[in-house]
Amino acid sequence: MKERLRRTMLYVPGNNPGMVKDAGIYGADSMMFDLEDSVSLEEKDAARFLVYEALTSLDLPDGEYLVRVNSLDSAYGREDLEAVVRTGRVAIRLPKTECAQDVLACEAEIARIERDCGIAVGTTPMMAAVESAAGVLNAREIAAATPRLMGIALGAEDYVADLKTSRSPDGIELQFARSMVLLAARAAGIDAIDTIYSDIHNEEGFRQEVRLIKQLGFDGKSIINPRQVNVVHEIYTPTEQEVLQARAVMEAMEEARRRGSGVASLHGKMVDRPVALRARRTLMLAGATGYGGGEDEVQWN
Amino acid sequence: MKLQKMAVAGTLESSDIMVTIEPVPGDGIEIQLTSPVEKQFGERIRQVITATLEQMEVTGVCVTAVDKGALDCTIRARVRTAACRGAGQVQYPWGGRRV
Repeated sequence: MKERLRRTMLYVPGNNPGMVKDAGIYGADSMMFDLEDSVSLEEKDAARFLVYEALTSLDLPDGEYLVRVNSLDSAYGREDLEAVVRTGRVAIRLPKTECAQDVLACEAEIARIERDCGIAVGTTPMMAAVESAAGVLNAREIAAATPRLMGIALGAEDYVADLKTSRSPDGIELQFARSMVLLAARAAGIDAIDTIYSDIHNEEGFRQEVRLIKQLGFDGKSIINPRQVNVVHEIYTPTEQEVLQARAVMEAMEEARRRGSGVASLHGKMVDRPVALRARRTLMLAGATGYGGGEDEVQWN
Repeated sequence: MKLQKMAVAGTLESSDIMVTIEPVPGDGIEIQLTSPVEKQFGERIRQVITATLEQMEVTGVCVTAVDKGALDCTIRARVRTAACRGAGQVQYPWGGRRV
């Protein structure tokens, strides 16, 4: 699966034509059309038609597009998949995932639709969101359920309700869930996406949370407002010093590789594979902002 | 698709279009359109509504459309939604791959 940055995953209410048509203009790495919680039960059909029409006929800007479908247990989930899988241009985000079987059931439905409409089976990526105590505890098996999964996300609003608590400024109630989701993602080799920050007027609180999840190791964050895009990208952008250091590391490793060695020395410090992996990630993040890095510099393995 | 009752889809928010359809005798498609861009795009909007209904094989219908600057894809979506609601159809024949 192609490696891509997912610093920001912007929720777009699926029944709002203005937001759907403008979804791609704010610079988020991923745009997620929502057919689930942001759409009332009476409007599920309308949102499904709108997202389908947008995906099949709008000239959407480059980027990754996902659709958050309704649960397959609901009256809407299967019809959501019928509509959007056949567009051939979205990943499916499965909400409220409790166990690996939820992922496999959704995958089987996606595969059936792919066969029906002539899309190569396996080409529709998936992402699973865990939003309950059971889902978090099963994160490891969920993340490893299928090669289609490109990421696992934490949905904290339902999760804290399940825990019988509420969200706090420092997010202590999410400590275990974030760690669990992150470790599950890393063990499975997929992306980890953090939950939303719903108070769009509290920019400092948002910044604090983004700094926390970046330090934990998350690839990015689900966001609910375009104004949150630049804040996340800014925090994820390496400093000039970090970019220079990363370049030096990559050059040292390339020089070591030419010598037939897997270890290099830079300014008296050992540089090996983990250091190089961090440097590669730094250059990838820098390249996304046009700041120092670039495609050529992230091809190294 | 056979309409059985009046149905509405869409809103009066910017970039949307509110479409009301109701079955009428005969097999025609009547359209009453209100739009701030009627002079420039009225004919186009009528064409999109008509083509969508024809593709769904809906005839004998009166459409009242209040446009708020909707794109073609939004017009198609709202017409399809209203038609399916009017026909009492909850599953749609999505057809083959579109892209």
